[in-house]
Amino acid sequence: MRKCFITLFLLVSSLSVSSLSSADEPEQHFVKVADPYIEMHTGAGRGYPIFYVAARGEWVQLLYRKTDWFRVKTEDGKEGWVSAAQLSMTLNPSGERVDIRDPNEKDFVVRDWEYGAMIGDFEGLAVISFYGGYHFTENISNEIILSQASGTVSSKTILSLLNIVHEPFPEWTVSPYFTLGTGWIRTEPKSTLAVTRDRTDQYANYGLGVRMHLTKRFLLRVEYKNYVIFTSRDDNEEIAEWKAGFGFFF
Amino acid sequence: MESRFRVFLLIAALALSASPVLIPMASAAEEKAGDKAEQKPAGENPVNEVIQQDPVIQPEVKRREVKQADVETENFEIGVFAGILSIEDFGTNPVYGVSLDYHVTEDLFVQGRLGYSEAGTTSFERLGGGVTLLADREYIYYDVALGYNLLPGEAYLTRDSAYTTSLYLIAGAGNTEFAGDNFFTIVWGAGYAVTASDWFAVHMDFRDHMFDIDITGEDKTSHNLEASLNITFYF
Repeated sequence: MRKCFITLFLLVSSLSVSSLSSADEPEQHFVKVADPYIEMHTGAGRGYPIFYVAARGEWVQLLYRKTDWFRVKTEDGKEGWVSAAQLSMTLNPSGERVDIRDPNEKDFVVRDWEYGAMIGDFEGLAVISFYGGYHFTENISNEIILSQASGTVSSKTILSLLNIVHEPFPEWTVSPYFTLGTGWIRTEPKSTLAVTRDRTDQYANYGLGVRMHLTKRFLLRVEYKNYVIFTSRDDNEEIAEWKAGFGFFF
Repeated sequence: MESRFRVFLLIAALALSASPVLIPMASAAEEKAGDKAEQKPAGENPVNEVIQQDPVIQPEVKRREVKQADVETENFEIGVFAGILSIEDFGTNPVYGVSLDYHVTEDLFVQGRLGYSEAGTTSFERLGGGVTLLADREYIYYDVALGYNLLPGEAYLTRDSAYTTSLYLIAGAGNTEFAGDNFFTIVWGAGYAVTASDWFAVHMDFRDHMFDIDITGEDKTSHNLEASLNITFYF
């Protein structure tokens, strides 16, 4: 009988422990309204009308977030959107102000991944390029770039897997950088012109540019690059490229 | 007798562990105590210092962190679209593709699109009798655009159902592969989104794809107008 009790006790305790830990998994976030009231909008934006106010002392559940708006659910089941600014005036279960932190300049400095798109001029051709970069340190990163340039005579596809970017002052608002890279450039003459062969050449380039953290995860970027294309002809080809665009960091 | 007792205890155990009310309440109380003890470093607040020195027996409670940053975000929107594309000189044809949006703020978003269509015949080809201008009639485009939610609002479909809507403007650039060549393309337009539920929306998009082309014997900027219906999902 005693053995039976002990096993049952163990069973109960293990079950309650497991239920405690499983209660953690679908995390529910409750906050308490500390201002006189918070306004609930019908949509995630300032233009959408307020249809309900939750009064001081009411607990609301945070469901999910879309940009600066939180979908919340009141105790009596009303669901609406509350701005991050108003939500920062609520208290979490430990009685402290809810800490709503958005990615800021500091996160920008220590970012790991960056993705973006740029457009510009590739020696007379209009160019569009996509890039993804990984930061090894705050100062040094490598970027993979795929660009497409097209003009009246030919179109070019440029791929670079190695582009070392050095940012000497990552904490500056407008942060300059230098880059060295290499890759391949494929030239396809326009089909309306007399038939010439497609060709692929290797290139190396150096460049400089600036990045600017704009808001949240969003950044702007402008750069200049000078390409030396190792052609099969006697002379190497030199090309200047200007680009501007935006990116995101994660 | 013993087995019946065992069953009874087992039921009690299950009921206790499955109860959604009792345990969160208990854990919330424990958390509260845990929070106070752990949150501030010692020395900052004399009250906390007392609390930290106080417990002789440390309760083994894992404090549940309440971080608002953990709230799930739904800033991405993925979609499929279908519509019609008027390819200048080549007739109006069906177009379909995929889209991906990233909402930066409530006003600003970035949209990437990939679309496919096939060009029809020019009047020259139809009247010329057996003349073929193009061997490759595929029209494939991709573009990246910035969007701005200009007019957010609500639509009332019936007396009891209201849907949030938004009229937005987009402008961007991309590439069009057409007639075997690549063309740098400027894209601009407007759209109307109706958020049908928490997780999906219906967009109507109207846009112009502009690029310079010389395929019909003269250099010109061609305008290719597209109207499409886009079903998107938030994630």
